[in-house]
Amino acid sequence: MKDNFLKGVIKENPIFVLLLGLCPVLAVSTTVENAIVMSLSVLFVLLGSNLMVSLIKNLVPNHIRIPVYILIIATLVTITELVLKAYTPDLYRILGIYIPLIVVNCLVLGRAVGFASKEGVLVSIVDAVGFGLGFMIGIVMLAIFREVLGNNTITIMDNLSKITGYKMVYQLIPNTNIFPVGLLITPAGAFISLGLLSGILKMIQNKRREER
Amino acid sequence: MSLMALLISSILVENIILTKFLGLCSFLGVSNQEQGALGMGICVTLVMLLANILCFFLYHYLLLPYDIEYLRTITFILIIASLVQLTEMIIRKYFPKIQALLGIYLPLIATNCAILGAVLLTTLNNYTFTQTLVFTLGSGLGYSLVLYIFSSIREKLNINPILKGFQGTPIALITAGIMSMIFGRFIGG
Repeated sequence: MKDNFLKGVIKENPIFVLLLGLCPVLAVSTTVENAIVMSLSVLFVLLGSNLMVSLIKNLVPNHIRIPVYILIIATLVTITELVLKAYTPDLYRILGIYIPLIVVNCLVLGRAVGFASKEGVLVSIVDAVGFGLGFMIGIVMLAIFREVLGNNTITIMDNLSKITGYKMVYQLIPNTNIFPVGLLITPAGAFISLGLLSGILKMIQNKRREER
Repeated sequence: MSLMALLISSILVENIILTKFLGLCSFLGVSNQEQGALGMGICVTLVMLLANILCFFLYHYLLLPYDIEYLRTITFILIIASLVQLTEMIIRKYFPKIQALLGIYLPLIATNCAILGAVLLTTLNNYTFTQTLVFTLGSGLGYSLVLYIFSSIREKLNINPILKGFQGTPIALITAGIMSMIFGRFIGG
């Protein structure tokens, strides 16, 4: 059980190792807040789909398996969309098409077909939480890298502050921007940041393996 | 926006891969050979056009009048998935040569975010029917263009010495970043 959990978080991290479901990762990692909300949405959908798929795995005939799973995922995504639209319309607008695009996220369908359709309910939930957290760690890391270097700020609650009542926007050095690299906020910067981060992580991994 | 400007911007400035990050799985996975890249590009463009035309009519004449717009994600994904199945059947029956060339790529299109993304973008921007056609054609062409250019770059990358950790996807992502910078500059002025 513990191995199952850690597999998703570290060893098969969906973003840095498997490179699954990258569209939202690159598009939404401009601020930490967007990254957190996006990954919570993915976690919710992943959890729901893994749970339901493992519950009905014996009822669904094999040849209509994938359409059924896609329908389940699409329903969960619609729920997420409606909740976000109702409570944080600003964030819903910023995240835009990337929330409905969770439907075709390879990570969600991949876990449903590859894991939940064969395993028990409890293990599937653990698997979903592990991969959801792995996704969250990856996207938040990328967002911190891009926002700190690109804008010299860390935004944790800005649009969310209307619900929570707290506003959490920090500047690296208060009231001064020392080295904003505007490029990192642009789409080009997203590709380059993810390339650099995953390359560096791979190098560290290789080094560790050699030492062992 | 004039139709010509829309076409150019959807091919170059607002390229669906390099600025909207759609279709990255196939971009990183399939783009190892030029031949495969070209085939995939043509397939995606065709399915994208068909899907967008169908979804346009369904959205404007079924979902909007009955006020069930919130069902759009489910409707669109069902249409795209069945369309891909249909295309696959037709190609298998009537064009076995193309089938042999594209075999493994065809099913991949169903979960290709570029198609759903293009459909969602047209509804988001409230394009008219002509604009939808032009935008979709431009997006498909932009997708094929970037996939093809990138596959040729990757063939060269494979034979060059690269830092060990950066081989494969990391260097591909950085290359894509540089391409994205170039494509973004077509804005002019």
